Amino acid sequence: MKLRTFKGLTIPLLSVAAGFLVGAIVMLLFGYNPLQNYANLFNGSFGDIYSIGETLRNMISLILTALGFAVASKAGFFNIGGPGQYLFGWFGGIVFALLFPHLPTFLLISGSLLMGAIFGGVWSMIAGVLRAYFGTSEVITTIMLNYISLYFVNYAVKAWLAKKGSDSSPNIVAKANLNTPFLKSITNNSTFNWGFFIALVVVIIVWLYFNKTRSGFEIRAVGLNEAASRYAGINVKKTIITAMLISGLLAGLGGAIDGLGNFQNISVSNNLPSVGFNGMAVALLAAENPIGIVFAALLFSALQIGGLSISVYSNTPSEIVDIVIAAIIFFVGIKYVFELILAKRRKKNNFSVKGVKSR
Amino acid sequence: MSLATILMTVFSTTLIYAAPLIFTALGGAFSEHSGVVNVGLEGMMIVGAFSSTVFNLSFANLFGAATPWLSLIIGAVFGLVFSALHAVATINFRADHIISGTVLNMMAPALCVFLTRIFYSGKGQTPVIDQSMGTFTFPGISRIPLLGKMFFTHTSLAAYVAIIVGIGSWYFLYRTNIGLRLRSVGENPTAADTLGINVAAYRYLGVLLSGFLGGIGGAVMAQSITLNFSASTISGQGFMSLAAMIFGKWNPLGATAAAIFFGLAQSLPIIGGYIPVLAHVNSVWFEIAPYVITVIVLVLFLGKAVAPAADGQNYIKGK
Repeated sequence: MKLRTFKGLTIPLLSVAAGFLVGAIVMLLFGYNPLQNYANLFNGSFGDIYSIGETLRNMISLILTALGFAVASKAGFFNIGGPGQYLFGWFGGIVFALLFPHLPTFLLISGSLLMGAIFGGVWSMIAGVLRAYFGTSEVITTIMLNYISLYFVNYAVKAWLAKKGSDSSPNIVAKANLNTPFLKSITNNSTFNWGFFIALVVVIIVWLYFNKTRSGFEIRAVGLNEAASRYAGINVKKTIITAMLISGLLAGLGGAIDGLGNFQNISVSNNLPSVGFNGMAVALLAAENPIGIVFAALLFSALQIGGLSISVYSNTPSEIVDIVIAAIIFFVGIKYVFELILAKRRKKNNFSVKGVKSR
Repeated sequence: MSLATILMTVFSTTLIYAAPLIFTALGGAFSEHSGVVNVGLEGMMIVGAFSSTVFNLSFANLFGAATPWLSLIIGAVFGLVFSALHAVATINFRADHIISGTVLNMMAPALCVFLTRIFYSGKGQTPVIDQSMGTFTFPGISRIPLLGKMFFTHTSLAAYVAIIVGIGSWYFLYRTNIGLRLRSVGENPTAADTLGINVAAYRYLGVLLSGFLGGIGGAVMAQSITLNFSASTISGQGFMSLAAMIFGKWNPLGATAAAIFFGLAQSLPIIGGYIPVLAHVNSVWFEIAPYVITVIVLVLFLGKAVAPAADGQNYIKGK
């Protein structure tokens, strides 16, 4: 047990360290001061109450898209559709809030979040249905669905929501804003909003779902061995669709919360929202563990928010943090190398190496 | 506008948009036939687009009109170097192919925009290149009545090169020893290994070729369509190429044809205005068409068994 926890944390920690090292080397190569920049990065993400508010707010959608990725991944699917599902969730949330501005606050907010989650969930379920009934690779379909959602939402925003000649929808009513005056006042006007607490509750729900419910168990079983699950009487098709539905619900909820809590409207965009991909990175670093996702999201969120101040206080391009993030995931991907090095060291230290297996 | 001119516009615009997709889709075919799934094509295109643009901007006054063509080679070389990351991760370090490919897609824009800001005084995009890949009119054959005007006047030379590379790729993969061996390690690496074929070496060949061709694809995009480099120079063309390769059932000829079809779909919003029937169709349908078609094709026409049998599986000796 002790060895397992040790191993569970070792690889992510080594990957993070190696990622920061790569970032430092790149900065040195181009004549920037890595220590100064990393200090600015830390200050920019945790230096004052405003920065902390921004960092925590940025965590919300990272946590939710990461959880979404993790649920699909536990069922054995690589759901790259996070960006599209998030975008549809954002769209759904804003549409609801614009359609029913006169609803009581609680109904308005919960309705918008629900609508966003359902939009994301149904969108993701398409890939699940195709996978379950036709065996179509979810990797390809979710990539394609991402681009369809980008162009469709752009079109819908322009044609249905925005005023003529404008590229964004009108703003939602103030009472639908999750970034309430109270939260603004205690965080020095940051965008920190109630969505953060919703995300934490969802983390607990997802953890309970996997570990304490039958449906969650079935998802994990199908992910481990589809054929065995079928013989054990699990409805594999239903489980695949459920996993993809939940995955999309979570990413969609992330989009809706960002829509209500951060943007207050939706605009035409050139590229897919990067949060979907970053959420995937968060989940990979956390090895798809819901609790680990919170910490991985904190790290990546701090990198992104702190990265903004890197280019304010020096002329280092802020893209350096994206290089660090990509490098971290690269090292997570090649964990076999770390396992090999650790196994060799353990051998040297005369520990038993029998149990060390690589996948 | 005369019919011949309309057709000329349709064909030439289609080919201009198809050229980057053809090169990249062929790259994908090489990688996947060797058994390495390549969702990182987008990243390879980004590197190709960036490096070719930097080369073009730096050496245009030295090489003149030849610059865009030389910059394709530069894009190819940098694409190849970048793809080595994917090769090392998947072949030597047993990384999951999709995670590794995703890393390429995350790393490429980060690195290239980072460098763009360093090279071009903090700006997120490069200046526009002076020497771009214009249209090309074939001498002689362009004077053939109707056909000459449709296919050989003001058209994309790069696309014709791409089609020739496509035919060559098919010959290479299905008719030469090296090509057959490359495919064998993607179908059954254990059997190939038993026969003395170096699995790792052929997989390297597949992935590096995909980086080379993906780099050219990205370079063509930058040299003929966007004419500069920014974060949005490559926006989904890599994934569309991946789709074209699958649509073409992993066959270079099929991939080439599918890429031309997607080129047509991409050019429809631009040429739609010239064609009376299409003028009233909303351009969003043209934009999403390639992706919807890919999904439909996957569902309706492809069994599971079309991809190379060992595509995406790491080969671990002695297991």
